[in-house]
Amino acid sequence: MTDGTTTSGTASDAGLPSAFAEIAEDFHALTGRDRLQLLLDFSNDLPALPERYAEHPELLEPVPECQSPIFLITEVEGSGREATARLFFSAPPEAPTTRGFASILAEALDGRSVGEVLDTPETVTGALGLAEVVSPLRLNGMAGMLARIKRQLTVKAGL
Amino acid sequence: MTVPVDPTPALQDYAHPEKLVTTQWLADQLAAGHPEGLVIVESDEDVLLYETGHIPGAVKVDWHLDLNDPVTRDYVDGEGFAKLMDASGITRETTVVVYGDKSNWWAAYALWVFELFGHADVRLLDGGRAAWQAEGREMTTSDDARPAPTSGYPVVEREDAPIRAYREDVLDFLGGPLIDVRSPQEYSGERTHMPDYPQEGTVRGGHIPTARSVPWARAAAEDGRFRSRAELEAIYQGELGFDTATPTVVYCRIGERSAHSWFVLTYLLGFENVRNYDGSWTEWGNGVRLPIAQGTEPGEVPTR
Repeated sequence: MTDGTTTSGTASDAGLPSAFAEIAEDFHALTGRDRLQLLLDFSNDLPALPERYAEHPELLEPVPECQSPIFLITEVEGSGREATARLFFSAPPEAPTTRGFASILAEALDGRSVGEVLDTPETVTGALGLAEVVSPLRLNGMAGMLARIKRQLTVKAGL
Repeated sequence: MTVPVDPTPALQDYAHPEKLVTTQWLADQLAAGHPEGLVIVESDEDVLLYETGHIPGAVKVDWHLDLNDPVTRDYVDGEGFAKLMDASGITRETTVVVYGDKSNWWAAYALWVFELFGHADVRLLDGGRAAWQAEGREMTTSDDARPAPTSGYPVVEREDAPIRAYREDVLDFLGGPLIDVRSPQEYSGERTHMPDYPQEGTVRGGHIPTARSVPWARAAAEDGRFRSRAELEAIYQGELGFDTATPTVVYCRIGERSAHSWFVLTYLLGFENVRNYDGSWTEWGNGVRLPIAQGTEPGEVPTR
């Protein structure tokens, strides 16, 4: 993805960070069941945990805002806002919605600079066009993940 | 009823065996060409689970997107339900078999909403999605066997009174047979939501005074199927001392787990009058001046 020092990434017509703007565009181009299908594609594409975490699930932080069990952990390469943020998620296959949310966050934010992730507005989860296909209540889980990611990164990047 | 009931002997001990079907019975129906008057409905907690693969021919009904009114905290009205039924290929005469994840919580909840509209023949698939999958039965992502939309489902006025309790009903009911089906921690007031579940904005913890605690899951076996009638009687009639002729009320957090218990009491044990208080703890725990009991004891009827 990016080298972490590029633009702050608030491009796009929707005023979304560029990484989310692209994803939002893809979702908005579809309607109803096709939109849900795209979320399922994301769900299926959620990267597996690297071995160092797969063997140590206790290192991951639970996200109780989600209806289904999901765990996440971040890594920071470097320090400060310019450091690179790495994101890792774990959620079981019987929780495809939650996996889909995690996969969107991974695609949009993994490998970006810590500053970019921290600047991601909380409203981003509501801008993807998902509320009407998964319900706003369920979407709260994605906001919960983003908040936890930001908190971990702030600590780990020494901000 | 348009489709014959499942004659499996194991079901016949229940008070209303016609409300349950076994995975084998359903598989046999599909193998025999899926009778015209039968529609299978999947209703899950996870809104994408159906898309990952479902029983061939099943249609999806989502508790939140399809059964709840998007604005008022209530269920859809008669027109909304009729529209959903038409789109799902369900007529007033259709036999509906509902199944879902999480030991059929949401399936039981969907079934209960179907009954608010007086749909005559709605049954649960015993064991739900997990049992079907565990037996390695066919799942598909294809829509091929999906029933074609129908038209003309009547616009029925929802009849809540017989099986749904409102807050005022419960307030008048304190001291009567009332069951809290949430986890022990939610009952005592230690926490206001399920373990590992999101906080859904309840400002007080505890339970409705005089409610007895029977977590819903006690009615489910390890494989997600319902426990035997004798085991269920030992809990609800034995332990609680409740009897089938006395009106009974169940509640949980939003009414989904208690729909499971409502099904058990009504159809497996033959309780004659059970209402689900779907406002449940998300309403009661936020209600101004409503009495609350904390700790492991049911508590007393408030005197004021």
